[in-house]
Amino acid sequence: MTATAGRFVGQSVRRKEDPRLLTGRGRYIDDIAGPGMLQATFVRSGVARGRIAALDVSAAAALPGVAAVFTAAELSGGLGRMWQTMMGRDAPMPPLHVLADGDVRFVGDPVAVVLAESRYLAEDAAELVELDIEPLPPVLDVDDESGELVHPELGTNITDVIPPAENPGVTAAFTSAAHVVEETFHQHRYLCVPMETRGLVARWDAGQLTIWASTQSPHEVRAICSRVLGVPEHRIRVVMGDVGGGFGQKMFPMREELVIVLAARRIGRPVKWIEDRNENLLAAGHAREERMTVRFAFADDATITAAAAEQVENVGAYPFPGNGSTAQAGAMMFPGPYRTPHMSYAARAVHTNTCGRCAYRGPWLMETVAREQLMDLAARQLAMDPLELRRRNVITKADQPFTNAAGITYDLISPGDTLEQAAELIGYDEFRRTQARALDEGRYLGIGLGLYVEPSQSHGPLGSEGATVRIEPDGRVALVMGTASHGQSLETTMSQVVAEHLGSDLGDITFVQGDTAFVPYGAGTGGSRSAVVSAGAARAAALTLRERVLRVAAAALEADPADLDVRDSAVHVRGVPTQSVTFAQVAELAYFGHGTLPEDTPFGLEVTERFKAPPFTFSNACHACTVEVDPITGQVTILRYVVSEDCGVMINPMVVEGQIAGGVVQGIGGALYEHMVYDADGNPLTATFLDYLLPTAAEVPVLEYGHLETPSALPGGAKGMGEGGAIASPPAIANAINDALAPLGAYLNRQPFTPPRIVAAIEAASR
Amino acid sequence: MTDLIVNGQSRTVHVDARKTLADTLREDLGLTGTHLGCEHGACGACTVLVDGAAVRSCLMFAVQAARHEVTTVEGLSCDGLTAVQRAFQEEHGLQCGFCTPGFVVSVTAFLRDNPEPTDDELREGLSGNLCRCTGYQGIVNAARRAAGS
Repeated sequence: MTATAGRFVGQSVRRKEDPRLLTGRGRYIDDIAGPGMLQATFVRSGVARGRIAALDVSAAAALPGVAAVFTAAELSGGLGRMWQTMMGRDAPMPPLHVLADGDVRFVGDPVAVVLAESRYLAEDAAELVELDIEPLPPVLDVDDESGELVHPELGTNITDVIPPAENPGVTAAFTSAAHVVEETFHQHRYLCVPMETRGLVARWDAGQLTIWASTQSPHEVRAICSRVLGVPEHRIRVVMGDVGGGFGQKMFPMREELVIVLAARRIGRPVKWIEDRNENLLAAGHAREERMTVRFAFADDATITAAAAEQVENVGAYPFPGNGSTAQAGAMMFPGPYRTPHMSYAARAVHTNTCGRCAYRGPWLMETVAREQLMDLAARQLAMDPLELRRRNVITKADQPFTNAAGITYDLISPGDTLEQAAELIGYDEFRRTQARALDEGRYLGIGLGLYVEPSQSHGPLGSEGATVRIEPDGRVALVMGTASHGQSLETTMSQVVAEHLGSDLGDITFVQGDTAFVPYGAGTGGSRSAVVSAGAARAAALTLRERVLRVAAAALEADPADLDVRDSAVHVRGVPTQSVTFAQVAELAYFGHGTLPEDTPFGLEVTERFKAPPFTFSNACHACTVEVDPITGQVTILRYVVSEDCGVMINPMVVEGQIAGGVVQGIGGALYEHMVYDADGNPLTATFLDYLLPTAAEVPVLEYGHLETPSALPGGAKGMGEGGAIASPPAIANAINDALAPLGAYLNRQPFTPPRIVAAIEAASR
Repeated sequence: MTDLIVNGQSRTVHVDARKTLADTLREDLGLTGTHLGCEHGACGACTVLVDGAAVRSCLMFAVQAARHEVTTVEGLSCDGLTAVQRAFQEEHGLQCGFCTPGFVVSVTAFLRDNPEPTDDELREGLSGNLCRCTGYQGIVNAARRAAGS
């Protein structure tokens, strides 16, 4: 329970989604079957870059059970531009080749699609496709100066530059600084890995396209298909059932999804595609690979006077959205939770002949990953404890409203408070004593902090959501939303919001999402925005409908609406519980007996509201973790992991902790285990779970939570928080490891922190 | 023709020898609760019970299961939720639900064979199933809760 818990909002209500999911009755893409449905599989390039010298599908197409094999020749004619709504039609993008057309640009590049009666036959046929590629030297390194081009059409491999800009304030601060600390941090390539891979079912009926999608945004699937195919949106219906995770990888349809839609149109039969795990690791969308050089200027008292960042992202061949760069968001968030008077931020994103970059939970996180590591490094150089250095610089409540050097104004955030709570929960001072005793015994323990501010993205197309709330004739409630919940528990949390503000029984609410035919337009679920924008819409609609209910009930009870209370799907006169009508009775009047109601009573019990949020709402948290590093084996054991978080008013505390936990473990996975590796020829070496290591229950610590509540200024006081767990965990772990290794003089600025790398760092320091 | 006994019922399927038990359950018997997360035995999403033992159905051919008793997630209870399923709901042990049937089946078998596991034994027992949403916190708590009940 939180300080502002209501009857439903603020309660850890158990989920409505669970009964069907626990009993295997979820409906995921591969569960869909239908008459005449063909199964698709892709033939993919095994070469990172090269010219297609020969492509012969005749033997494959002739295999019994194969309906067709399509290549770029059959599918790429007459297509419109692909662009993503949130990026805008003019955003820089790679060229659209739905299938490789004359050349291949990364290992995994789809070259042909086989349609057959079964997936087994389709894969048999795929092996019969003759694909002859003349290799060309691949571009794999962001610093490549060979002049070879990933996309000849673009004339350059460099996309989206925030050019270095003259900033006198920054220059002066560095010139006059008492201390300057600089380091380059490297973040490796790691992946979203939703447990359900990408997939799609497409069916055309007389010019009407129906798509079942494993997606984070049904409306975006519709929009992009409309743009590329030239079919009006109202003739495209996208249906989303249950989706097995996305984490950003399924926020936008990409080339394979378009191919399936095009193939279904050409063959005139429904087509289903589900990628296998190898494809998902190879070709679905990669993330995180970048480096950032960070320089901080400090005054004598260790306060930050300026911060500068230079970022280089490896965005692969076919990134999305736009050109895959996260620099704009990174620049905005880089000053983070500290008072930083001046900042500069330069960035470039570079195409390579690798799988393209996709969004992944906190895509811009390098600003925090680098900044927080720099703070610890600076503390060491300034002979201060990293906690104390943060205390000197953190934005407190008294500093707010605070406009940071990027022009973003923070109000109602609490980084200073979470810093203190995290330190207290982890027992920071006691740990320093424990650490010293352990060192005497030859054991290397470390503690690390990660402090950050997280934006809830509600700018531009992400800025509004809608909700329809309807009381049916039998008195039950339908909540219809344009959300795309795929693990975020919105079926439960949005129902909690409606129950709270409409006064209905929670069990009487049915939540409907994910069908563009009848849900309000939505921007999808991602970007830490549901608790702000979607809940805002649900609340607004519930409140408006409540007024309608009161008007009808007032007529039935011959009372003034101001004297009525709504609770448990019934309306009663305040203080006189026997004078009441149920929602069912209200509905009967509203739908069937409306002739008896006063003339000015609004018709019906169905309300649709759209809620518009400000461009950003901010939450914040502090992660603190302790580790032990074995200096012989390089193994890292996480001892404790604490998160002090403030996301304003929590709709469902259990759900909030679940979102934090998922993000933190993805960060642990990235920091210690997960690594997507290419060899020198651009061949992926980690394309199965045997090589791409994911943490299991045996590797993760027990997470401990502290909750603070600084409500947002919005009605309801909620803030988004879904991505943060993944943002602060890598630097917290990095800082803990480097803290443990400090007595050995070893330092790592390159993830992942694997045992061989730790051992190598220790050995290098001892020479 | 392959005779299977699935969730207590005799079922006859006509499948190629190379068709996996997972695909057969899902496509030929309409039991789509068993999920495919990797098809190479690493993730555990496809876990079913064969003669009571937890098995990766993606690594088994349907013909190998002939005349054996196969239990899928759908067959764990006739109505309502089992103690393991209720524990997962109580402890928020699922978010997107895709890994969930594999976990529920695995935990059911594990706790049947290890009714009083230590925390280490419990985590080891869960380590054959992957989850990306929950960070395992709710899953460990659910398994512990189910063990205690």
